Amino acid sequence: MACEQWRGKLDLYADGELAPAEESVLRAHLNSCAACAVDVLDRVQLKRSVHAAGKRYEPSAEFRARIANTIAKTTATKAPSANVWGWRIIFVPAVIMLIFALALNFYLGRERAARQRVYSELADLHVATLASATPADVISSDKHTVKPWFQGKIPFTFNLPEMPGSAFTLIGGRVTYLEQTPGAHLIYLVRKHEISVFIFPERALQMPSLAAGPVNALSFNTESWTQNGLRYFVVGDASADDIHALSKLMRDAG
Amino acid sequence: MRVSEDRPSASSFEDLAMPLFDQLYNFARWLTQDTAEAEDLVQETYAKALRGFGSFQQGTNFRAWMYRILRNSFLSSRAGLKIVVPLDEEENENILPAENATPESILIGDANREMVQQALGELPVHFREILLLCEVEEMSYQEISATLGIPAGTVMSRLSRARKALRSLLQQKLKGGRHGV
Repeated sequence: MACEQWRGKLDLYADGELAPAEESVLRAHLNSCAACAVDVLDRVQLKRSVHAAGKRYEPSAEFRARIANTIAKTTATKAPSANVWGWRIIFVPAVIMLIFALALNFYLGRERAARQRVYSELADLHVATLASATPADVISSDKHTVKPWFQGKIPFTFNLPEMPGSAFTLIGGRVTYLEQTPGAHLIYLVRKHEISVFIFPERALQMPSLAAGPVNALSFNTESWTQNGLRYFVVGDASADDIHALSKLMRDAG
Repeated sequence: MRVSEDRPSASSFEDLAMPLFDQLYNFARWLTQDTAEAEDLVQETYAKALRGFGSFQQGTNFRAWMYRILRNSFLSSRAGLKIVVPLDEEENENILPAENATPESILIGDANREMVQQALGELPVHFREILLLCEVEEMSYQEISATLGIPAGTVMSRLSRARKALRSLLQQKLKGGRHGV
């Protein structure tokens, strides 16, 4: 009866699929049962025969190399998965835009700060000069007196407009400094409002952003432009129209 | 000897798949019985596996996964479509009692390598493949079950039938050879 009990499990035993406990009991039976032992031997022999016979075919070296190359090429080109590419497609432009925005903001911020600093300094010069007991070192309404006075005092020359019939009157001038650059400071009067006109060599200032339009600096109206390598600033508490009118006269003269 | 479970998480596809190349080719060659078709089948298997590697469930059996791809590719191929796997005889069937050891069965030890190869080639594909997976690839019943997509009970019964069929073929060849002498 013991043999009948085990007969159905001899394949499992030969295949190593029996549970350890059951396997040890069957092994004990095989030690005492020649018929079952021969049966197991036959099954094991069949397994060995198939194992040996089954390892029959080998791929050619050329075929192996071909597949290996294909895998290497494919994995090299598609290494980043679609998800990673999708992530990159979104992320990389976003980062570039962010960097660009930050750089632009930083640049514009610096520009704004530089402009503000220059106009604040000019407003200070304007106020300090008017508050001075001697606002002008050369006092004259005649441009042919004022202009020559600057010769030898500043490293450039400039033209001044004729003022007959206009609302503007030339009061005088003085040498001033902006950003350690010497320049001309002219003072005009229009309806009791004093207006400062600053002239500096453009190259020395090296602030291209100053070319931007009118700026309201500390409540003063201002206007600025570049002409013949010179940077002009018109600063005063007069109306924007008067500032512009004087600026136009200066431009026309320049 | 049983091959341990693969650990795909730490390795690339190439590291996992290329060591299986020889045995996959051998299996493909046995299935197709033709060199060119076997190469096409292996190439298709690697291409499909490479494409699907991202969806391969890490921690599961990579070897069984590769064999399953190869086998499914074969079954959907022109040659494979002709294969009919009889299912009705195996479902819900207990393991067949093996035949008693007879003098004839013991003579199987006398069968030479070529004779076994010939008999294997004559077996129906579903018997041939399960014998190759168990005896040549030394897969466990569980691995065979995962590879062929059949329950473990069916693995046991199909193996038993395959061995019976092979044994029968070998006995015929041994008798024939003996008569021939």
